[in-house]
Parts: sequence; C-alpha cells; structure tokens
Amino acid sequence: MDIAEKEKQFQDKIDSGQKIEAKEWVPENYRKQLIRMISQHAHSEIVGMLPEGNWITRAPSLRRKAVLLAKIQDEAGHGLYLYSAAETLGVERGELIDQLITGKAKYSSIFNYPTLTWADIGAIGWLVDGAAIVNQTMLARGSYGPYSRAMVRICKEESFHNRQGYELLYDLAQGTPEQKAMAQDALNRWWWPSIQMLGPSDADSKNSGETMRWRIKVESNDTVRQRFIDRTVPQAEAAGLTIPDPDLKFNEETGHWEIGEIDWTEFYQVIKGYGPCNKKRLRARQEAEHEGEWVREAAKVYAEKQAAKKTKAA
Amino acid sequence: MTKEEALYEFLIRLGDNALILGQRLGEWCGKAHQLESDIALTNVALDQIGQARLLLTEAGRIEGKGRTEDDLAYMRGEMDFRNNLLVEQDNGDFAHTIVRQYIFDVFQYHLLKGLQKSSNDFLKAYADKSIKEVTYHRSLSHDWMLRLGDGTELSHQKMQDALDDLWEYTGELFEMTEADDVLIAEGMIPKLSDIKKIWEEEVEATIQEATLKVPDTLGFMAYGSRKGIHSEYLGYILAEMQVLPRSMPDAKW
Repeated sequence: MDIAEKEKQFQDKIDSGQKIEAKEWVPENYRKQLIRMISQHAHSEIVGMLPEGNWITRAPSLRRKAVLLAKIQDEAGHGLYLYSAAETLGVERGELIDQLITGKAKYSSIFNYPTLTWADIGAIGWLVDGAAIVNQTMLARGSYGPYSRAMVRICKEESFHNRQGYELLYDLAQGTPEQKAMAQDALNRWWWPSIQMLGPSDADSKNSGETMRWRIKVESNDTVRQRFIDRTVPQAEAAGLTIPDPDLKFNEETGHWEIGEIDWTEFYQVIKGYGPCNKKRLRARQEAEHEGEWVREAAKVYAEKQAAKKTKAA
Repeated sequence: MTKEEALYEFLIRLGDNALILGQRLGEWCGKAHQLESDIALTNVALDQIGQARLLLTEAGRIEGKGRTEDDLAYMRGEMDFRNNLLVEQDNGDFAHTIVRQYIFDVFQYHLLKGLQKSSNDFLKAYADKSIKEVTYHRSLSHDWMLRLGDGTELSHQKMQDALDDLWEYTGELFEMTEADDVLIAEGMIPKLSDIKKIWEEEVEATIQEATLKVPDTLGFMAYGSRKGIHSEYLGYILAEMQVLPRSMPDAKW
C-alpha cells in the first residue's frame, strides 16, 4: 500500500468518526501535531502549578489551603497523564521536558501572568480552568483515542476546580469592601488573558486547518471562545462583578454575548517571551530540573545496585 | 493542671506539628526533581493539613472559648505554638527534607499506634484515620532514605550532612511535661519514653541500611518548643502563613 492510499484510509476512518489508537499508522504530520498539542498541554499543567503554588503558604484558611494543595496535586497528575499520552506517539517524557526547559516548547501563555493577590487563585479556577474546560470538552471529541480519553478524565477534575475557583471569588465579592475590590481587580487582570488563551482568531490560526481536517480539534478557536464568554458573563453578574469590557453587549437575535476588540498585540508579545513572568516561570522549571539532577542520578544508581544484588543472589 | 488543659496542650502540640510540617512541605510545590515526587510531597502536605484541621478544631472545642481551627492557626503568636523544632527547620535540599520527614514519620507512626488504644474517643478516631496516611508517608521517606543514602557518593554525603544537621532536633520529640503525666494517668496517650525506644531502634536500623552513620552530637539536643521557645524559622513561617487574616481581621475567607 502506498502512502497516498494509507492516508486515504486514515482520513476515511477519521471521517467516519472512529478513534485512532496508539501504534496505528498515522501520517507523520498528524503525529507531530498531536505531540505538539499534547506536550504543550502537559507543559501548561506543570507550569500552571507555579502561579498557584505561589499562594499555598499564604492561603487564608486551612480549608482553602487544603483545597489549593489538592488542586495543584491534580494539575501535576494531569501533567503525568498527558506526558504518558504523548509517549504513546513515540516520544519520551524526558525529551519533552528538555524542550520545555530549553524554551523550545510552548505552554499556555496565561501562566506567564502573576498571581498578585489571593483573589487571583479564584480567578484562575474560575476563568482559566473555565476556558480550559470549554476547550478540552471539545478536544475530548477528537480523533486520537489516548488524548481524547485523557481529556474526559481531566475535564471532570477541572470542573471541580472551576466551581471551587468561582466559589472563592464569589465569597470575596460578598465580603468586605476590601475583599470585593480584590475580586474585581482579579477579574480585571485575568479576563482578557483568559479570552486570548483559547487561541488566535480563526483567520490567524496557522494550525487550525490541518488539525480540524484530522479532527484533532473539532471546533474552531472562535466557536469555543464564544461558548466560554456565554457561560462566564452571567456568572460574573451573579457574583456582582463587572466584566472589564465597555463594549460587552448581549445580542438578542443570536443569543450570544459580544465582546469588544481583543488586543492581540499583548498576546503575541507574551507568547514570544515578553510577558510579566515568562523568565521567572522558565527559570523555576530549569532550577527544579537542575537541582534535582543528583536525586535522579542517585535513584538510578541505587536501582542498578539493587538489580545487581538480585542477579548475584539468583 | 486539669484534664482539659492537659488535653488542649497535647492536641495543640500534635496539631501544630501537622500544620507547620504541612506548611513546609507546601513550599516544595513545583520544585521537586520529578513530577512523581512533586505529587508525593504535596500529598503528604495535604494529609498533614487535614490532620491539623481535625486536631485544632478539637483543641478549640476542648478549650471552650469558641476558637476555630483558623483562629488557632492564624491568630496565635509564635510563643503559643507547640510544634517541635524539627518540623519548622527549613526544607534545605531534598536530602534535608527527606531526613526531616523520615525522622518525623517514624515518630508520628508509633505515636498514632499508641493513640489507637486511647481511652479518649477523639484521639482514638483520629489515630485510626491517620495511621493509614502516615503508614504511606513512612514508607515513602524510608525508601528515599535508602535510595539517597546508598545511591551515589554525592547523595550519600548530602544525606549524612542532613542527618548531622537535624539530629539535635530529635531529642525533644519525646520530651514529656505535666500534661503527659495527666493524660497517661487517664489512659489517653502513650508514654513518649516508650515510643522513643521503638523509634530509636527503627530509625537507627534504617540509617545503617542506608550506609549512613548516627550522628554524635556530644550529647547536645535542642529543647524549647514545649514552652514556646522556637528556632528563628517559626516567626517567618507564621508571618507568611498568617498575613491575610491578620491584615484583614474582619474578613471571612
């Protein structure tokens, strides 16, 4: 069977709605696109631990501290799970982490924003995880089995985080004037990055065509973004918070909320490395890798010694 | 000293240990050498914070002044804290964290074993619930003791350095006060002097298996936490932990 024929069979399978499984033949670019997406997603989980971890020691109640610890532990678990999904495509976790710490691989640029107040922890759960859920619910319908199943599982946990984040911010918004101001400020700073987090507009999205033909993605960035906006605006209103967009309006005819112009200049700046925390996040990951080198080496040597002892005994 | 006062002191001691160790372990988030260990350390932190909540809530109830777990965690000064000096020591490198953890895990494990026989319903229920968690903690830190002690030359040296640094904080884990006497007489708690023997046997065996040496501190052991005299670290831990509730005392979180 020549390549063209294989590709046709592959496309037919996808078009008929069947899942592609690990070790099946796939076009090289399908494999590359998936590794790119899954590893970016895994890196985002890992880097995303940092802005949240920033508040573990300062969480203002023991219940909130426990909830935050559990949430970050979930994120690390998602990272592990996603790296494993990427490994089904023939790439090692070590290689992917190397790409992350050498700055070759991308991660969600939203984690390059700082968590300045406690309210930011609520904003991440509500807005960032909220945007992630809308996107990942779409990805869960994608064609690659191991990734789509990972999405189903991750979405369940993210929904929990999303409710916890909203509850945190909601409670602040009903609290003292100082707490309410804190909640509004967090919404002001996280709203637009969350909107941008769902990717460039369809017209400018260079990867969208191919990924949609192969049903890696089944809906466009703008469609997913609209769904996020529609579900989030009423939540802000219910909490008594104001979305920082003077042009925001409800379109009675379409039944959708319409937002003002998105400032893509900032988005591309942050992606290219010029956001408030890009260097700090990367340095944190680099330090963890480098400072942990002796530990990984020791674990390896110890395992070898144990294996040698066993062989000798046998 | 009344039975209630003794029980309050004991609960605060245990609750503060769990809280401060959980706080320290939380500092590791995102910094471990691999994801699996990041998850494991966060998991232990989460268990300890969970235990702290149970213990401080009960302490507040026994005290009878209406203080909640958060009042006790966030609104006491450092001289009112009764955690052991060991758990407030800084994380250092992974070797220091593991040695601190292992020393504490073995202590906590055997203390809980003793508390499972407590005549006090709360202490017994707490011990029955927490022993499962601590069994896992102890096995995790034990395995790392061996791996790092008997790993490379470098890891061995780092582990010996950590043991040498932390050994002087092991003595006061077993220090008994009037509160212990009162509660022992009631059949509520085990004697720490009995636990010390089991602890020594187990920890020293592991140190040996890990090819490390039990440090010689020339008989010196650090004391103070039973009376609220801590190391320099605790003030900073509390400053960070308590900042929000202290700066906005009217706020609910």
